[in-house]
Amino acid sequence: MKSGVLKKLSLSVFGAVLAGSVFAGSATAGDLIVYTAVEPEELTGFAKAFEAKHPGIKIKWVRDSTGIMTAKLLAEGKNTQADIVWGLAATSLLLLKDADMLEPYAPKGVEKLDKLFVDGSNPPSWVGQRAWIASICVNTAEAKAKNLPIPKSWADLTKPVYKGHIVMPNPASSGTGFLDVSSWLQMWGEEKAWKFMDGLHENIGIYTHSGSKPCKMAGKGEFPIGVSFAYKGAQLKAKGAPVLTVAPTEGVGWDLESFALVKGAKNMADAKTFADWSVTKETNVIYNEAYAVVAYPGVAKPVKFFPADLNKKMIKNDFLWAAKNRKRILAEWKKRYDSKSAPKKK
Amino acid sequence: MSAADIPVPKGESSTRWARLHNGGVEAWALLGGVSAIIIALVAFMALPLYALLKKSVEDDKGNFVGLDNFAEYFASVGLVQSITNSLTIALLTMVISCTLAFIFAYGLTRTCMPFKRGFRAIATIPILAPSLLPAISLIYLFGNQGIMKGLLFGESIYGPIGIMIAMVFYIFPHVMMIMVTALSTTDARLYEAAEALDTKPVRVFFTVTLPGAIYGIVSAAVVAFTLTITDFGVPKVIGGQYNVLATDIYKQVVGQQNFSMGAVVGLVLLIPAVFSFTIDRHVQKKQVALLSARAVPYHPKPHKTRDTALLIFCIMMSVFLIGILGMAAFASFVTFWPYDMSFTLAHYDFDAVDPNGWSSFFNSLKMAGFTAVIGVIIIFLGAYLVEKGQSFPKLRALFHMLAILPMAVPGLVLGLAYVFFFSVPENPLSAFYGTLAILVVCTIVHFYTVSHLTMLTALKQIDKEFESVSASLQVPFYKTMMKVHVPICLPAISDVMMYLFVNAMTTVSAVVFLYSPDTKLAAITVLNLDDVGDQAEAAAMAMVIVATSITVRLLHGLLMRGLNRRHSAWRTRSG
Repeated sequence: MKSGVLKKLSLSVFGAVLAGSVFAGSATAGDLIVYTAVEPEELTGFAKAFEAKHPGIKIKWVRDSTGIMTAKLLAEGKNTQADIVWGLAATSLLLLKDADMLEPYAPKGVEKLDKLFVDGSNPPSWVGQRAWIASICVNTAEAKAKNLPIPKSWADLTKPVYKGHIVMPNPASSGTGFLDVSSWLQMWGEEKAWKFMDGLHENIGIYTHSGSKPCKMAGKGEFPIGVSFAYKGAQLKAKGAPVLTVAPTEGVGWDLESFALVKGAKNMADAKTFADWSVTKETNVIYNEAYAVVAYPGVAKPVKFFPADLNKKMIKNDFLWAAKNRKRILAEWKKRYDSKSAPKKK
Repeated sequence: MSAADIPVPKGESSTRWARLHNGGVEAWALLGGVSAIIIALVAFMALPLYALLKKSVEDDKGNFVGLDNFAEYFASVGLVQSITNSLTIALLTMVISCTLAFIFAYGLTRTCMPFKRGFRAIATIPILAPSLLPAISLIYLFGNQGIMKGLLFGESIYGPIGIMIAMVFYIFPHVMMIMVTALSTTDARLYEAAEALDTKPVRVFFTVTLPGAIYGIVSAAVVAFTLTITDFGVPKVIGGQYNVLATDIYKQVVGQQNFSMGAVVGLVLLIPAVFSFTIDRHVQKKQVALLSARAVPYHPKPHKTRDTALLIFCIMMSVFLIGILGMAAFASFVTFWPYDMSFTLAHYDFDAVDPNGWSSFFNSLKMAGFTAVIGVIIIFLGAYLVEKGQSFPKLRALFHMLAILPMAVPGLVLGLAYVFFFSVPENPLSAFYGTLAILVVCTIVHFYTVSHLTMLTALKQIDKEFESVSASLQVPFYKTMMKVHVPICLPAISDVMMYLFVNAMTTVSAVVFLYSPDTKLAAITVLNLDDVGDQAEAAAMAMVIVATSITVRLLHGLLMRGLNRRHSAWRTRSG
């Protein structure tokens, strides 16, 4: 009797809570769990192409923006569910490498890729897939209505005529934002780059938390000019938005969408199959559908609505330098621009 | 008659164990139940918060660094600005929303204006929407391409103005409902006396109405302040460059993966929340029963000027609330704002823009359902043990204290604390991490206090005689509980379930760091969609959440009507 009541009560209380773990259960054993920051609309296509070749493996995407995905992986640490991280910025993978979360692996055929796209250690910890390149999105309809000239260079953006008309991602929350700031610093050196950003700050309407948002805002005319990346601008133009994608004359920053195996992955064999598939020529052709610069040499064809000669404008990018100096750069950026919090009047 | 059947008299001087022995089954069950819930609250609230505290004094490698993180944070330029901004916004929103809600509630309780029920229903709409909805809607209304941009006279909606308008929308129902309660409990005899003395209406207002409602007003103010300072969705979407503490946490954790600093900001955010919570507790203790047994309920008499004025005010307020909701609904059907205003359903095809689009909605339904069902069982048992238990007063007091605490912990802080506590592989509970169960548990804890208090109030209405009678009839207490307390409390049980369900559907802050591949929630999808700039899709998903909550609420209404007929016959005296 006694124990009966006790059981009843404690069961209803604790049992109810614990029952949760039963109904919640995670992905089924056969699924390959892929953490990614690739734009969501592309994912279904990649999964279809891969699953057609390897029908036994089912991909389970976990998608978030670069910043959140990196934070998530670092927070989960060795407890992460990810089997492979795919399509995440190389700078983020460097942080994961630093945290000893990556399993070095040389995918079959990796030697055919452009050396610049592959991690220097042997076997490589991460492998780049395609370059994701900074650009400026300009809403031509709004520019015309507001009498704004189309900017051609980064320097143009500091002209007083653009006051309040520019959006850019906050480097503290967005990978694209950091890529911009790091590229200016690498191109011009500290002094000139900060001076440029001081001028740019005067013209910024708002800083966003994501890298694609400025371009989408430009597309809607919410702010006519968005500092973003080329793919987004081209994609919006293809959808009919009055957007022109401009690659500034001085050069543009870039990062690599890359993949890496996760140490201790539950599904390592399938993850390796997926890695092997990711470096093939065929897969690189799919990468090229949306991005102009891919890892496999000779594959890339010009992509519609991308700025011409975009790959020639890519700066010499030192990922290690960027990763090492990230904290200092962000602190300086925040000191200069983040505390000036009053919203700008137009 | 065995010892077990003798009710233990209060103040008995025997030791606890002797009492336990004498109390028999009842006492054991009580001890077991209270201990179980205390352990659960410790494991799912106190320990995670401790993990957060620990994180704040560690560097990114996990070494103890004392107060270095705090020193670094307090030395940064942005901090003072964020605190000032947060306080400014919270105080202004508090004053504005309390004023508006007070007038609105005054109209509902103290006038003879028509459509009171309709106004009341409209005023509770915002509770059904995620806080991101008003922010998104305001961008469509007052953004640079907004249809009513001119009304801002060149001011930007991205910043304090936007945050404040959106927050007033979002917290209005919470504040309004407290105000209605405060204004409903009054003694008509005071007004009769005032009238007999020929007191001027203004004087009556300041000497009778306001003092009578003052505790409710303080409560409402505290709720407004806490909700505003801890909400993260609104400033994230519309805050522009106006930094507040809630977005600071997000930037630290998500933007810079600086967890220690995130923990520091979390603790800073805990201070105003705990402070306002303490004020409220203190004031509530001072409150004396306004309604004595001889009180006469107040019935307003028609008064043309007053009634018309308040009717106009309530109409304006309703237009504001419906306008914001309507704008989001409208925008979700527009093809490409502002260049192609044709109608489309394309934005509801969430799977096209997010691989977890529609599935996140079904996750939300599941999560909200489990939260409501499991939550209500635990909360009812907890409240029952606190209210109806007889022995272990200290243990029950400890439990009551733990049950009140979650209210002072902002969702964002609770969520972050969960990450630190559950993601560590050494923790045996880490199997929870990444499951739907952790979201359910986190949501139950997050909304525990209000549910607990509601249940407690309902149980307090039941005379203790029931237990004495059952005890003397040798009926075990759990039978009495199932046959007497549960049926009588059904309205409260159903209200709590509704409250848990709706909040689980709309909450963002507590779960934003906790969801996993299979457990992404609809409200998170709204946040993500807005984040990448898919505003129309974000508005569409927010509307799906609102529609679901409205449907569930209508079902709840129907159910309640049925229940009332069946179970509350005793409430009315017949024949």
